[in-house]
Amino acid sequence: MDWITIISTTVKAAIGVETVWYALAAIGINIHFGYTGLLNFGQSAFLAVAGYGLAVTVTVLGLPFWVGIGVGLLSAVLLALLLGIPTLRLRADYLAIVTIAAAEIVRLVFRSVAFKDVFGGSDGRRGFSDGFYAMNPFSPGTYGFGWLSFNERVLWVLVVGWALVALSCLIVFLLMKSPWGRVLKAIREDEDAVRALGKNVFSYKMQSLILGGVIGCLGGFIYGLAYASVQPDIFGTETTFFAYTIVILGGAARVFGPVVGSMIFWVLLVLVNGVLSGAVESGLITFMDSTQVGPFRYLLVGLGLILLLVYRPQGVFGDKREMAIDAR
Amino acid sequence: MHAETTATERKAAALAAFKDLARDPGVPKPDPILVVDNVVRRFGGLTAVEVEHVEVQRGSITALIGPNGAGKTTFFNQLTGFDTADSGQWTFNGRSMNGVPAHKVARAGMVRTFQLTKALSKLTVLENMRLGAQGQKGESFWRALLPAFWKGQEDAITERADELLTRFKLDAKRGDFAGSLSGGQRKLLEMARALMVEPELVMLDEPMAGVNPALTQSLLGHVKDLREQGMTVLFVEHDMDMVRDISDWVIVMAQGHVIAEGPPETIMSDERVIDAYLGAHHDAPLSESELEEQLHEAEAALEAEIEEETQK
Amino acid sequence: MRRAVIAFTAFLSGLVLLLLSAPAYAAAPEQSLRGTLTYQGQPVNGVKIVVTTESGQPVAEVTSNAQGTWQVPVDKPGKYKVTLDVSTLPQDTEVRGGNNVRNPTVFEGNPAAVLFALQAKGGAGPGGENDTTGQSTFWDQAAQLTFEGLNLGLIIALAALGLSLIYGTTGLTNFAHGELVTLGALLAYAFNSGIGLHLIPAALIAVILAGGLGYAQDRFFWGQLRRRGTGIIAMMIVSIGVAIFLRYLFLILFGGESQSYLQYTAQPGIQIGPISAAPKNFVAMGIELAVLVIVGLALMRTRTGKAARAVADNPALASSSGINVDRVIRIIWTMGGAIAALAGIMLGLSQNLKFTMGQDILLLIFAGVTLGGLGTAFGALVGSLIVGLFIQLSTLWVPPELKSVGALAVLIIVLLFRPQGILGRRERIG
Repeated sequence: MDWITIISTTVKAAIGVETVWYALAAIGINIHFGYTGLLNFGQSAFLAVAGYGLAVTVTVLGLPFWVGIGVGLLSAVLLALLLGIPTLRLRADYLAIVTIAAAEIVRLVFRSVAFKDVFGGSDGRRGFSDGFYAMNPFSPGTYGFGWLSFNERVLWVLVVGWALVALSCLIVFLLMKSPWGRVLKAIREDEDAVRALGKNVFSYKMQSLILGGVIGCLGGFIYGLAYASVQPDIFGTETTFFAYTIVILGGAARVFGPVVGSMIFWVLLVLVNGVLSGAVESGLITFMDSTQVGPFRYLLVGLGLILLLVYRPQGVFGDKREMAIDAR
Repeated sequence: MHAETTATERKAAALAAFKDLARDPGVPKPDPILVVDNVVRRFGGLTAVEVEHVEVQRGSITALIGPNGAGKTTFFNQLTGFDTADSGQWTFNGRSMNGVPAHKVARAGMVRTFQLTKALSKLTVLENMRLGAQGQKGESFWRALLPAFWKGQEDAITERADELLTRFKLDAKRGDFAGSLSGGQRKLLEMARALMVEPELVMLDEPMAGVNPALTQSLLGHVKDLREQGMTVLFVEHDMDMVRDISDWVIVMAQGHVIAEGPPETIMSDERVIDAYLGAHHDAPLSESELEEQLHEAEAALEAEIEEETQK
Repeated sequence: MRRAVIAFTAFLSGLVLLLLSAPAYAAAPEQSLRGTLTYQGQPVNGVKIVVTTESGQPVAEVTSNAQGTWQVPVDKPGKYKVTLDVSTLPQDTEVRGGNNVRNPTVFEGNPAAVLFALQAKGGAGPGGENDTTGQSTFWDQAAQLTFEGLNLGLIIALAALGLSLIYGTTGLTNFAHGELVTLGALLAYAFNSGIGLHLIPAALIAVILAGGLGYAQDRFFWGQLRRRGTGIIAMMIVSIGVAIFLRYLFLILFGGESQSYLQYTAQPGIQIGPISAAPKNFVAMGIELAVLVIVGLALMRTRTGKAARAVADNPALASSSGINVDRVIRIIWTMGGAIAALAGIMLGLSQNLKFTMGQDILLLIFAGVTLGGLGTAFGALVGSLIVGLFIQLSTLWVPPELKSVGALAVLIIVLLFRPQGILGRRERIG
């Protein structure tokens, strides 16, 4: 087995593009679910509208990069309003079903043949990231040392991505120790009590939905820019569910929970993939072939999510007393 | 009781207001803070509340009593905007309140507590208290980002919260999670939190339910205290001893209607009240709607128990 | 309790290893040719496709099924010649471009898609005539789509019934219910294709087995979680974990390719009035209806059924009136697992088998359940039929690929105005 490759890909995964965009999606979910108790199962739709907002503005309309970013952010806000107005008065389980349905609608529309001229069907859109890489301050070359090195494009994406993660964490930190955050946490515990104390619960839920959606949508930008393309099926329900796994793994309602969770999640996925693939290739494992390694690690994700909620619902670093979900 | 002596003056004033009133349902009061007209709420074919007219005197402690399933809590929910009435109007301080959402009712100065205490378990006692304060600058999204905007106000709120916690003997628990409090302490916390809103009318839904006897006296004292501080209290209660002890005026509901009003000393000898409490159960077999009511009440009680169980 | 959860996890992992080490009976055919024939958004069945090698040696002759799809497995990669027999096309259609022969290349281990686009014969006719035919085909189409909508609605209803009852009795919004549907379809496939049983006994065994697994799932897993006092939100997320786990387990065992059962795949259609469909669809609908009626009667008439509805209505009250809630829940899980499996088999008959088939239909099941009112058994039936009909009939106006969008949008709109669903009750507060 090629341990050097396994270790290097694993270490890269800890700070890699996947970790970044999943962390951003998960920070958004943490605001919705961890702090406010909103069961938004449609997070992938926020990433999708942002990515496509950028892509379509630049490629189809031929407008500059920053206009695309603006359109993407605006789309996320609009989506939050559209989702929130009918659903935020409903019970948690209804909210879950409606948001997942809405995310599926978004995905199906993006991949439909009927709108292929705009959204590019199941192939998606590409060729909108030039404006982003034109701003790259790193000159072409390889940065890093030995096996831990990136080219200038990846480095630029990572720098911007981690800056966004840091900024998002700072915002969450400031908000959650403010009276505003206190209202959110109180809504999570019992919204009737909050209403009885004169707070407009609907408005706070909406603000939470918008904030989490906008932070999540940054993940859509990062994905689109890193791979210079967006495809509809990247933004399926499983993306949302993996982001939930990440939030719970790192600990819900903790500022750095989603970031740590995303790092652990991708390190484990990449490590398991590397070790199993290596073992299959070198004949150590015979009951699996190399095509089954991919599905097998996602099977482990499912199993991990079950075990986490049963045995450590507070997450890896969480404190049981402060646990935000009603797992008891 | 210390509250007994200081409260005499207010109590006397309240009692004087009620002195010459008729014992009829819907009797006009000299200075009503809350006036209710024709509030109706139906669940399917079942009419849970049908109150033609009722007034609550300012500065008094008014008890709302009635047999199980009389619609007291439902009536509370209508008044406080937690449920939509099918028809009817009511005014608070002369301001029309029907159709006003719950949070605006609270802001107007009409604050309620719940039969099942709603302590926010994963928040500390102090955070619970701070949440009650109105007009907080730090509760707006943009200003929340800069602590400088709200730090000063937060300190003032904390000071007021600490005073109230001391009064309710919860100061030792201020840093604990509300979920770790006992049932009685949660009731106290909920009442103290309601006071943070600085209400004019406090509406208590069964403040004594599930509280151990040692704490009842202190809770009663606190309720009397509210009147002493110039607030009006409307509360739902089952236990007649307590009603007799603290209320100035009693409104009796049965099957959704207000059937009688009167001072606590004589109300239980009123024939209509005896009929409501005993007659319905003894003389006539239960009608279907009553049966359903009782079923619902039993459900609610059961759920309450389960909730209490699971909260531990 | 902890032990039981560990035991169940170990059991599951054991199952994985066992199945992994077993010969991969579900291995996908190495390579194949396939395609789908549609006309005006509707599948065209009964069209003959002849496949020969490049040099003209015959390989196979197939006809398209009720979904318009056909598939020919081929032994080795290379160039093939695919001919569509134009005489078997519906009378008013022809192959676009006129060329009815294709020469696709098949690559190792991959299926090759062969496209034949169909269009109306001779283009547009004279104006007046075209109008009348347009009208009659609209109503013919509507009748055909109503039939297909009912078929889909009944399948959704089968799955929805179990989901709704489980929600009603345990409060669990089970995101793994779609995987129970897949499970039924794949179990039947395993007995059918793997062991070689005829589909009917294979389906019977699959349904019984799935019922048993439903029982086991509650006995060893969900029941234990309930006893631990796991909250409903946490259980919902656990169910997502179960869904992901099972989905990828299916992928590992079954592979990512679409398959079909050995029997009843390519039936020529029959025409009844304006409706044309393969006979299997009529039989399937009959079975679905019969099962729904039986389950409905059982809910209405039998002691257990009444108890189940009582528990769904109010578990605490039911328990206090002497109903053994745990037993009722277990029966519901058993039955829910069995009929979800049946739904999967029926779905597999009318479409292809795929490891995501349950996941793909899950939202429609949710839509049916929610439309009817969460937790009400008969609401789920009505809601599912509405969803099925709506999806198929909406293709009269919207492209078929967007048909689910309409149904999901209606779900959101209905919830906006009637959150309790069509048959649900407005809840009493306090």
